[in-house]
Amino acid sequence: MAPEQLQRRLSKLTKEYKTITEISGPLIFLEKTEPVSYGELVHINLPDGTTKRGQVLDTSHDKVVVQVFEGTGGLNRESGVRFTGETIKLAVSSDMLGRILSGSGDPLDGGPRIIPEDRLDINGAAINPYSRLPPEDFIQTGVSTIDGTNTLVRGQKLPIFSGSGLPHNEIALQIARQAKVPGSEEDFAVVFAAMGITNEEAQYFMADFERTGALERAVVFLNLANDPAVERLITPRMALTAAEYLAYEHDMHVLVILTDITNYCEALRQMGAAREEVPGRRGYPGYMYTDLASLYERAGVVKGRKGSVTQFSILSMPGDDITHPIPDLSGYITEGQIVISRELHMKGIYPPINVLPSLSRLMNSGIGEGHTRDDHKAVSDQMYAAYAEGKDLRGLVAIVGKDALSDRDKKLLEFADMFEDRFVRQGLDEDRDIETTLTIGWEMLAELPESMLTRIDNKFIEKYHPAHKK
Amino acid sequence: MKGEIYRISGPVVTIQGINTRMYDVVKIGHERLMGEVIGIEGDRSIVQVYEETAGIRPGEPVENTGMPLSVELGPGLLESIYDGIQRPLPLLREKMGDFIERGVTADGLDHEKPWEFKSTAKAGDAVSGGDVIGTVQETINVEHSIMVPPNVSGTIDEIKEGKFTVLDTICTLTDGTKLQMMQKWPVRMPRPVTKKLTPNTPLITGQRILDGLFPVAKGGTAAIPGPFGSGKTVTQQQLAKWSDTEIVVYIGCGERGNEMADVLTEFPELEDPKTGRPLMERTVLIANTSNMPVAAREASVYTGITIAEYYRDMGFDVSLMADSTSRWAEAMREISSRLEEMPGEEGYPAYLSARLSEFYERAGRVESLAGFDGSITIIGAVSPPGGDFSEPVTQNTLRIVKVFWALDAKLAQRRHFPSINWLSSYSLYTKGLADWYNDNVSPDWVKLRDNAMDLLQQESELQEIVQLVGSDALPPDQQLTLEITRMIREIFLQQNAFHPVDTFCPMDRQYMLLETIHKFADKASAALESGVTMQDIVKLESKDELGKVRFDEDFEGALKKVIDKMEDEFDSLKSEDYGARATAEEAE
Repeated sequence: MAPEQLQRRLSKLTKEYKTITEISGPLIFLEKTEPVSYGELVHINLPDGTTKRGQVLDTSHDKVVVQVFEGTGGLNRESGVRFTGETIKLAVSSDMLGRILSGSGDPLDGGPRIIPEDRLDINGAAINPYSRLPPEDFIQTGVSTIDGTNTLVRGQKLPIFSGSGLPHNEIALQIARQAKVPGSEEDFAVVFAAMGITNEEAQYFMADFERTGALERAVVFLNLANDPAVERLITPRMALTAAEYLAYEHDMHVLVILTDITNYCEALRQMGAAREEVPGRRGYPGYMYTDLASLYERAGVVKGRKGSVTQFSILSMPGDDITHPIPDLSGYITEGQIVISRELHMKGIYPPINVLPSLSRLMNSGIGEGHTRDDHKAVSDQMYAAYAEGKDLRGLVAIVGKDALSDRDKKLLEFADMFEDRFVRQGLDEDRDIETTLTIGWEMLAELPESMLTRIDNKFIEKYHPAHKK
Repeated sequence: MKGEIYRISGPVVTIQGINTRMYDVVKIGHERLMGEVIGIEGDRSIVQVYEETAGIRPGEPVENTGMPLSVELGPGLLESIYDGIQRPLPLLREKMGDFIERGVTADGLDHEKPWEFKSTAKAGDAVSGGDVIGTVQETINVEHSIMVPPNVSGTIDEIKEGKFTVLDTICTLTDGTKLQMMQKWPVRMPRPVTKKLTPNTPLITGQRILDGLFPVAKGGTAAIPGPFGSGKTVTQQQLAKWSDTEIVVYIGCGERGNEMADVLTEFPELEDPKTGRPLMERTVLIANTSNMPVAAREASVYTGITIAEYYRDMGFDVSLMADSTSRWAEAMREISSRLEEMPGEEGYPAYLSARLSEFYERAGRVESLAGFDGSITIIGAVSPPGGDFSEPVTQNTLRIVKVFWALDAKLAQRRHFPSINWLSSYSLYTKGLADWYNDNVSPDWVKLRDNAMDLLQQESELQEIVQLVGSDALPPDQQLTLEITRMIREIFLQQNAFHPVDTFCPMDRQYMLLETIHKFADKASAALESGVTMQDIVKLESKDELGKVRFDEDFEGALKKVIDKMEDEFDSLKSEDYGARATAEEAE
């Protein structure tokens, strides 16, 4: 740090303002300060000796607005406010692996403070689109409905759209355990950020990390349900900053799991309301798209750097409604979504992933020859088409009965059942490689007459169709 | 003249102590961040800043450039990749690394690069705005006309020829005005034209459902609304790749970084089907991803359309893809709410409708100032929240555009791509373009298309009945209609953007495919009347084979084989003694 900068910081630190004029929800308003910069980190000293942190939201010659991360409980007009002269930074180091930190980056595991190799602005900076490398490295998750029909690639952001009571945590953990790039032995790490999840859920994740030894390769940020909501706004940014540091400075392939995006958005709405902003749809702020983009877009692969950041976030759809603003805006930013279905869950199928509304936008660049197998896309498309049609027919069967169906339709109906039972269903610890997934696909497609396989090139049918293989 | 910052709230900064005009570009703070005046209150001006404002404090200096936000126009635009305010992204990468930092300026055009200028005017010629005084071979297939700026006229005193940079004087007028190859134009102001003309030629895109059922004219406007995952971006990119315009401006406005990266790596590798040269040689890309500053996103659309107008003025057909206009509208909403303006519907500013129509009005086929016939076709993607078309951006867009390609999540889920719903989409150009199709495709094209549309309409009605009673309960002729429409859907409407052959389907092939389906329909219906059963028709192999013709490199050969087979199969159906066999089966 340059001497004059240090000087300024020190002089700022010594200056404590007691000019709070108003406290409203998580916001405090101050007057008569020296010029304060936008986005600056603020320390607030309470009369009882505790310190809280906040950030400048609006600054002018007359008035400064600060949002307080740990909540404004206990604050009064006598509280002292110090401006630190810098934006919020996270101390990063490769020693972070294996550590459990709070939602604001303080150690929770009783370990020592992290000795920083660098201090980074948690807001990060946008990757120049020209510096990005289009993601195309296939990640094998061992889950057929993902690998086979909604393939994940390195550098992608693919959230799980789920609902309350559905096994999204199990699925996320299974993926964190099994995810690998076949044939590569590169360094990987998991960054896990909990935003407003219950203590019990957090325990579940931690126990699994410890059981599988994944904790050694993980950085955990915990903001639990009883932690201040405002802190949730910085927790994912801390996590992503750590992820970017590990990926771009230490060449690691980082899988970031953010859970639950819905709690993050609730906090955003709460802040918007406190600032008396004009609300957008369902009371969420109009800038929610941009704000979510500033999280999701921090995934990718950068030209000339070895590491990558892949995001696999969990989002619970309020009322299972995919058109709710949170899943809706997310879907417009992320490169697809994995949708968990209550219907499949009720049928006792795990993982209850409904492939129809699920999508991986980067799938086409990560599959095919040189990535997975040449017939992958054709098999996937054909299964999709047949399953969609078969599923529709179920409605018809409920009305007219199975006998009224044509032979073609009966086959499709059977296919839909088979698809759910053989392709979707798998064990909690069942790690299917891509060959197995595609083989199951072909075995099911072989039950349909060949003339119905309109989406598969003849050459693939000759090469892979079980009837031809013999 | 210097002023200072008074207040900072996100991308909106209030400055004081300085005189400004609306839309002046100002430099904010010690880092000289670029901003634009969007409001004036007393001696204070409100500025939207195109870069991150964290760390900036009140009291920092402000400087007014006195110029509105402008783009640099001249040779070198093609093959460029810009951010929302015409800063070349490769240059930004050189200057500040892989992440976008702030306070870096970069010229839109390379000021050092020499171009070979050939004059076409001579000393003594009287010239006025828009007149061409010379040419530069910008890329192998694009000859860039150097025009007199719209607001300049006079008599040429001296004109040079040879290698010059865009800033060198290439021409002097008798009144002393010096002309250079580069001109600047404020982005928010449309470039003038002599008059607007009626569009009369379709934009051929090689996409069957677009060219075939819902064509857009060159100089027309089209909107593609659809929920996420329904294929907006793929459709936009297909249009950018294959449509038969000479220049393409592609604006990635507030979209995904990885997707832009894909465009940025793919376009330079793709071949232009007409010239065989890289597609990039006729393309300008503007990439302002969703996490780049929101004010620059607002500007990106104007930057793009101004560049498009510049090429239109040279007499080119330009197509402009904006993906997505909803993100642009959201940028307006975000800035409007920071300004604490009274909101209109769903928090969007009340001027949303006016801004959208101003933008789409910059499309059109025109006679340029120099008398050329040029056009801009705007194709705007719309991303309605929840796929609900009744939201303000979709509705305000639909009031303006002439073509509506409605994307449908249901179709996308079945992997029916492009997932454009044929029942709710429309094109208001079909009548106006009928003559063109008559002369250039076939006199019976319009009839075939109308017939196909009619069948698809019938299908949707029949499907409702099928939902209740099952398809076997329908009479054979209606079952045949369902079979034919399935063929239209699967063979004609579906198209695989990722298949090397199927990705682009020229007009003559589209015609042949549709004609063959109709031929099949006619033969099948005749066969039905002669007593052949529906089951036998469904079993015909030529029907399934027709579905694969579109993937065949030797399209015409494959189609001919299928047609021959089809005729043989129908003949054999006829030759068997159908009446006798049917009775025999019943007897069994």
